[in-house]
Amino acid sequence: MGVNTAFQGRSYPPTEPYLVERSHVAAFADAVGAGSDLHRDPEAARAAGYADVVAPPTYAVVVAQRCDAQLVQDPEAGIDFSRVVHGSQAFAHHRPLVAGDRVVGTLHVDTVREAGGHAMVTTRSELATPEGEPLCTATSTIVVRGQS
Amino acid sequence: MRPAAVTAADLQAGTELPGRSVPVDRQRLLDYADASGDQNPIHQDEQVARRVGLPDVIAHGMWTMAAAVEVVTDWVGDPGRVVSYQTRFTQPVVVPADGGALVEVTGRVTAVDRQAARATVELQVTSAGQRVLGRALAVVDLG
Repeated sequence: MGVNTAFQGRSYPPTEPYLVERSHVAAFADAVGAGSDLHRDPEAARAAGYADVVAPPTYAVVVAQRCDAQLVQDPEAGIDFSRVVHGSQAFAHHRPLVAGDRVVGTLHVDTVREAGGHAMVTTRSELATPEGEPLCTATSTIVVRGQS
Repeated sequence: MRPAAVTAADLQAGTELPGRSVPVDRQRLLDYADASGDQNPIHQDEQVARRVGLPDVIAHGMWTMAAAVEVVTDWVGDPGRVVSYQTRFTQPVVVPADGGALVEVTGRVTAVDRQAARATVELQVTSAGQRVLGRALAVVDLG
């Protein structure tokens, strides 16, 4: 069964709020080798004008992946996760994510295209506070490799 | 934000950023899997990786993307100044169980918008002589 192109254009309801925690920002920064004290030291972050420690530039993927899961794990979408390769990723930050932020994500399936036996799926997660302040637009394209 | 370590007025397109070499091993991938929530076994288990046609365990593309942008964050002095960042994943970073792999990152300013106080940096990211990211562009706020 191939990827279901009828999913193109589909949008999902906002996810439950995801709380950005200090300890998780530090663990993510450690895992990617992000050295800034602004990821770990709340005093340094406040001195720089932030409400709390600042998440690394790609941290938003943690929430975006949760958004994408709504599509990828939907059997109707026909996406075999073991054949998925990440093709591209983009983040447009509307403001930096900081610890204490509660983040809701709204998933949009922008394109579903089949070409040469593979399928390319582009999703866009609009991340915002529950009050509606925009935080980040995360765009991802996955390639679902066909059976060769 | 912290004052930017670089000012748009003094910056020229073509400026090279200090590069870095980032080691990555299997433990690092387990740490990233836990931190990110991406537990895809192709980043942990060579048998699964080989079964889907990969040469060995590969790094998460998102790990590589995150590790590479440190060159930009270090240079500008504040991670909150990275206002956008995008890349294509062109080749996997293969991470053998023995010794891991090395990711080499260099960066170059490709555009400076003095009016908006923004600069675009293109990253060149290689591992084992292969370019692993394509069109890796970060825009920084220097205002």
